[in-house]
Amino acid sequence: MNTDVVLEAREVSVQYPGTLALDSVSFRLHRGKVSALIGENGAGKSTLVGVLAGIVRPTRGRLRMDGVEVSLDSVRRADALGIGIIHQELNLCPNLSVAENIFLARELTRHGVLDKRGQQERARRLLARLEQPIDPTALVGDLPLGQQQIVEIAKALARNVRVLMMDEPTSALSAGEIAVLFRIIRDLAAHGVAVVYISHRLEELLEISDYVSVLRDGRMVAEAAAADVDARWLVEKMTGRPAGSEETAGAARSGPELLRVEGLSLTLPSGRPVLQGVSLSLHAGEILGVYGLMGAGRTELLECLMGLHPEVAGSVFLDSRRLGRLHTSARIAAGMAIVPEARQVDGLVPSISVLANMTLSGLAKFSRGAWLSPAAERTAAAQMVNGLRIKTAGLGLEIGSLSGGNQQKVIIARCLLTGPRVLLLDEPTRGVDVGAKREIHSIIRRLAEEGMGVILVSSELEEVRAAAHRIVVMSRGRVTAEFAASQATDSALAEAAS
Amino acid sequence: MTPAALLFRLRALIVLFALAAVFAWMSPAFLTAGNLTILVKHVAINAILAVGMTFVILSGGIDLSVGSVAGLAGIIAGGLLHSGLVLRPAGVVVYFHSWLVVVLALLAGALVGAANGLLVAQLRVAPFIATLGSLYAARGAALLISNGATFPNLAGRPELGNTGFLSLGAGAFLGLPVPIWLMLAFATAGAFLAGRTPFGRRVYAVGGNERAAVLSGVRVKQVKFAVYVISGFCAAMVGLIIAAQLASAHPATGETFELNAIAAVVLGGTSLMGGRGSIGGTIIGAFVIGVLADGLILLGVSEFWQIVIKGLVIIAAVILDQMQQQYTRRMAAALRS
Repeated sequence: MNTDVVLEAREVSVQYPGTLALDSVSFRLHRGKVSALIGENGAGKSTLVGVLAGIVRPTRGRLRMDGVEVSLDSVRRADALGIGIIHQELNLCPNLSVAENIFLARELTRHGVLDKRGQQERARRLLARLEQPIDPTALVGDLPLGQQQIVEIAKALARNVRVLMMDEPTSALSAGEIAVLFRIIRDLAAHGVAVVYISHRLEELLEISDYVSVLRDGRMVAEAAAADVDARWLVEKMTGRPAGSEETAGAARSGPELLRVEGLSLTLPSGRPVLQGVSLSLHAGEILGVYGLMGAGRTELLECLMGLHPEVAGSVFLDSRRLGRLHTSARIAAGMAIVPEARQVDGLVPSISVLANMTLSGLAKFSRGAWLSPAAERTAAAQMVNGLRIKTAGLGLEIGSLSGGNQQKVIIARCLLTGPRVLLLDEPTRGVDVGAKREIHSIIRRLAEEGMGVILVSSELEEVRAAAHRIVVMSRGRVTAEFAASQATDSALAEAAS
Repeated sequence: MTPAALLFRLRALIVLFALAAVFAWMSPAFLTAGNLTILVKHVAINAILAVGMTFVILSGGIDLSVGSVAGLAGIIAGGLLHSGLVLRPAGVVVYFHSWLVVVLALLAGALVGAANGLLVAQLRVAPFIATLGSLYAARGAALLISNGATFPNLAGRPELGNTGFLSLGAGAFLGLPVPIWLMLAFATAGAFLAGRTPFGRRVYAVGGNERAAVLSGVRVKQVKFAVYVISGFCAAMVGLIIAAQLASAHPATGETFELNAIAAVVLGGTSLMGGRGSIGGTIIGAFVIGVLADGLILLGVSEFWQIVIKGLVIIAAVILDQMQQQYTRRMAAALRS
């Protein structure tokens, strides 16, 4: 028996009503090694991690820790065994301090009284070990996302984890923050922690991990040492089909100017300038990539274009018509639409159906007099389901029943149903699997070919380079560079963004 | 839909019929035309309030002021009918036609709702606080107008041309009392507004995810404003019905009515978090409360026990609601993977 194996799942199956989420999967975690887990959405990654963290109970199969059979029937039990998990959505209380978050539910006490000073001191030591100068008394809500992620890690370290699972830890991080995170992961591994790393970013995943395991449709289809494989191999195993040559957008057959932005400047009420004189133009049939790191002002730029910050200075022209302080709904009527960055937070309405989510923006189009016409709604939605290849078991179901990629397509459909001429996409493929990502890219290309102007905001180099005709780079609220897609290189883009 | 899901969805209706069956079996008086008419007339009061409340709760808010608004509307109508509008400088007293009085009182209710709406939508006051404030303010206004007294004898006088108000409470049409017709009208209008118009869909969206609604082009402030106006209007209607039934207007009318209305909405399966629920459910919820109260009275259960039982039923309903949502989420997760 391999003594290096800390935690092991043996032929674990998880049966949900109507679907087998995991089918006899075996998975080993090695001491001091980083094991990457990849697969398209719905492949069973989260379920497997859930089993290992005591969140999901397996229908069949066994779990062994240090060679001894264990039953992880609760998160507390997993916690007690030193198994920690950091979810994609951070589980922190923004209203509490860093130290209070780190020691949440296992507060240090002295004679039954909270030992604030002791907690702060230990938090400070933990953060020092992570080489992060975060003030333990700062409120978590005041920290940037990258530092919040560090706090999550510190929280896990405070519990002396032996196994740490991270579900897409970098999806919201900038390149600099990712570098810090990777250093920490390597340090943890060097201290003997077994790390499970889930990500959709293949290059990044190959860089950090020692082993990769690929899940597809609930089965473990491939395992390899990371050093022996490349991104192409991963994509092939994930999708089960050979990787085609990567399509790129090529040069645009661009038409007349649709949108012109002149000198947009925005200062937040806190006094922080987020946009400083941003100017750009967008032509019909063109996909304009906007690349930048977190905090570069990309999202704020799109928000200003949609009229969310009436206090913004500068001008936006749609078809040479100045938009001024036009309300969001009027901008949509004028031909603009946005697919927002955080699907769950800004995009979906979880309590209503797939259909209602899809038709929300274009309701006026589906009305006959004062009434909504269910027939008109259904016809339009059915066209979108076909056109965008949205996989849904029924339009009347809750939106939560769709996978991430299909949820994103529903939001794209919502935009398209308003008949936009300018489409703003903010990280449209974040948290969606490789297959859906490709499909979304081809949808964007098709829309541009039909004459729509598209602004594609992304923090993935690969994405802007593959999908955009022209790329502008933003950094600290300014446009710092502009490239034709054919001339952009990773290093030039990264340099302009930093 | 699986049978289990169907049972869950229809739970309020099942509870309603089960309660009715038990009471019918235990008390021969329950299923008599006389008792049922009284029962439905009681339900009508709460149901109309709850229709307005449903819109507010669907939008993610709450309206605590409805009871006070009912009281205020009743007092305004009572004052105008009984003492007229005194124009002091001119030394004239103006009496309005009773239907104009009704319209004015309804407008007053809508106006309080508009104030709530402005506070919530424009000034971003938490709905609980904004409507708690107007709960006091409207009640105080009612007491000020009547100086704490009751306006009696709202029948009106033929020589003043303001008779007819009482038919709102005591009248009948095609054998059904007017309040029941009004409930049917409000419920139908509410159900169509919520389920079949763009406005209704937007209310759900605002309650379900306000940010998403904004970015989808929903004018969130307008929607929020409108739901409080609707609620105020419904509350005023209730105040008028009660004043007409009693033929007098008392400034304390409607105290704690907001709680019954919220209970009906919740029993009907509408989520207090907003974005989920229906007018149909609310009407069933109002009937559950009404049948429970009526049945327990017929069985001679102590008034105090009735209150305890009502509380327990509401808690049980919310627990069931939680169970259903967990079940739906599990089904959704299963579909996703």
